[in-house]
Amino acid sequence: MVRDVIIVGAGVTGAAIARELSRYRLSVLLLEKEAEPAFGVSKSNSGIIHAGTQNPPSSLKGWLCVEGNRLLREELARDLGLDFARCGQLIVVFDEADLPELEKIKREGEALGVKDLQIVDRRWLDAREPNLGPEVKAALYVPSAGIISPYRFVYALVENAVKNGVQLRTSSRVTAVSRSEEGFEVTAGGQVWRSRWLVNAAGLYADEVSALAGAPTFTISPRKGEEYLLDKKREHLANHIIFPLPSATSKGVLIIKTSDGNPMIGPTAHDTPDKEDLSTTDEGLAEVLAGARRMMPSVDRSDIIAYFAGLRPASGKDFIIRHEDSVPGLVNAAGIQSPGLTSAPAIAVMVADILKKRGLELVPKAEFHRLRPRPVHAQALFQIPLEETRRLIEKDPAYGDIVCRCELVSAQEVRDAVKHGARTLDGVKFRTRAQAGRCHGGFCTTRIMKIMQEELGLRVTDITKRGPGSELIKEERK
Amino acid sequence: MKERQLVIVGGGPAGMAAALAARGAGVSDVLLLERDQHLGGILNQCIHPGFGLHHFKEELTGPEYADRFAGPEYADRFAVRVRGDAGIEVSLRSFAVRLTPDRRVSFLRPGALEEVKAGAVILATGCRERTREMIPIPGSRPAGVYPAGLAQKMVNMEGWIPGREAVVVGSGDIGLIMARRMALEGVKVKAVIEIQKTSRGLVRNVVQCLEDFGIPLYLGHKVARITGRDRVEGVDVVKVDERFAEVPGSAFSLACDTVLVSVGLIPENELLEMAGGEIDRRTNAPVAPEVNLTSVPGVFACGNACKVYDLADWVTRDSELAGRMAAEYLGVSPA
Repeated sequence: MVRDVIIVGAGVTGAAIARELSRYRLSVLLLEKEAEPAFGVSKSNSGIIHAGTQNPPSSLKGWLCVEGNRLLREELARDLGLDFARCGQLIVVFDEADLPELEKIKREGEALGVKDLQIVDRRWLDAREPNLGPEVKAALYVPSAGIISPYRFVYALVENAVKNGVQLRTSSRVTAVSRSEEGFEVTAGGQVWRSRWLVNAAGLYADEVSALAGAPTFTISPRKGEEYLLDKKREHLANHIIFPLPSATSKGVLIIKTSDGNPMIGPTAHDTPDKEDLSTTDEGLAEVLAGARRMMPSVDRSDIIAYFAGLRPASGKDFIIRHEDSVPGLVNAAGIQSPGLTSAPAIAVMVADILKKRGLELVPKAEFHRLRPRPVHAQALFQIPLEETRRLIEKDPAYGDIVCRCELVSAQEVRDAVKHGARTLDGVKFRTRAQAGRCHGGFCTTRIMKIMQEELGLRVTDITKRGPGSELIKEERK
Repeated sequence: MKERQLVIVGGGPAGMAAALAARGAGVSDVLLLERDQHLGGILNQCIHPGFGLHHFKEELTGPEYADRFAGPEYADRFAVRVRGDAGIEVSLRSFAVRLTPDRRVSFLRPGALEEVKAGAVILATGCRERTREMIPIPGSRPAGVYPAGLAQKMVNMEGWIPGREAVVVGSGDIGLIMARRMALEGVKVKAVIEIQKTSRGLVRNVVQCLEDFGIPLYLGHKVARITGRDRVEGVDVVKVDERFAEVPGSAFSLACDTVLVSVGLIPENELLEMAGGEIDRRTNAPVAPEVNLTSVPGVFACGNACKVYDLADWVTRDSELAGRMAAEYLGVSPA
């Protein structure tokens, strides 16, 4: 069988492209090298939905970010049942001499269509951000920025794409690409797949996939970012996402609200030659703490409950989104670093448009399932009136069987997560938050593993943290 | 809403001892909530000996079952009496989700959300383990890093052996006991790494769990880094000075596939926090003038929720006192 399109990479870019193409009468295959979608670059994303400031007006990043923000705000978050908190963003300055810089960001943002930008003074800030330190002098207020859960965004896109007929293959790393009369032959996960069109959204490995397909036209240089999560007890540390005035290479260390309530501080930005280097360091921690404390001095080392590092798939200053004329049929969506999460829905539309211009016929499906139901979370049961909670639990008792006590996740939610594609402990964690709380899975890990055994028919020694090689148990003795 | 005289949250050694003592002091109506399917709490995974030397004047293991040969173990001695007492209602698989300052307790059990109004409340919710994230240990985040108590549960309750070669970080009692337990299961335990100059566990555990098994204890050392992408491949260890700064040139690596973390316990007091009780931000214990009290009238905390104990016998002793304190608060006296 020759498919219309193969998409390489089920991160947010590939997932958004898959979902966009699933509107049309096409056969689409989405290949992912990891055990689950979002396990590459996307899982370490900060979750910020940028407004579109701080990008050069003539760049792809500039207009794709503004358009992606609009699509998320006006359609996608609602259609996919995602929580999108429009908390707004503050870009703070420590020196009044930097005010012209803020004015410049404001002007450039407005030129791109970012709305309601406002320079605010210390009095405005004191009324809205009581924890800001004395060094902060003024800020640019960006109301259209917000936050989303990056992995739940990817899962929603993939689930909806699959519902609309896209085929997903995980644990399928692309190892070879050859040209055939019809188009491409892609070897991945020990199988050969054929397609007319090839869309490369392979994140950190996009340069290698492009080269395999015959277009060694760019390189990806990983840039590492370490992030540190704070205890939920500090949920109200900041009311906005707080940025310092950006430097040449990075947006700086931020104070980030997250959709799960835990504030996050970070990221660092350091180039690394190693595409697998996800380690955190003492130096990174010190840098992040210093950066965050300059904006909010009450941030303390003891607030930190978790940390991780991610790699930005950087290639020059802008995104690379283009048809490779030297390899007809190959479309690259590469170098998608910040603001890639925000831009993804707009990148998807742009890629579909490139494919169309090159001759792929886009015929809308008679029935496109635009909506994805919002998953039930037991925790939300306690934010509604108690009577209603009681009714819900009486209707479906399994929602009253709590597995993860720190985040109040029920057995039913864990089962739902597995039914929707979770195959690993991390996959269950990202979908449900079970194990993501203050005890880090100390109490619930064995129970979750047993549910996975039941639902998937696995031996306990086959259960992994994040895919093959990360098995949790070496031997079972009875 | 149903009214209950005394509601106890947690059916481990603290909750059971408090329930029995409250009954002895004249409380006629006790509701004991336990989220697991059995009474006993963490003692059910403590199959090692060393319990009861003070309270029962004999050496027992922890669990809630009666050993076929040795007779009733530590938790079982309480559970038998709790189950046999008509004045104590044990509600298993019952998970307290909310506590108000006026002592309304909401709890989930399969198929129902219940709410009761309690004359007095005793929180016997135990503690959780500090994790690698709280130290924090830099490096990668592979599979194979477990809090020692979780590993204990895996090995003792499930028969799951987590690895082949282990390094234990921290010399807390659970870490020491698990070093021995893993060695008994054929796991090569390469070292216990302790940043302090002395072990933080009981002397008897250092002797019986490490020295008797030839497991090296590195005092004044820390794990500077965990390596391995998918599964732990090793740890980098470094000596530290009095200020916990790394001593240059002292680093060495140990290959292992498992890291057990035993670096302290944190009282679980989220329910008390919900009720507006004052919590010490450093220890997470209730702020109160004496043991078992909290800043919320009629709400008591006992066992490891009150403070971290080294012996179950002291939990029993103080939790019995909590039961009597609740009786006194309720204004009842022995029949």
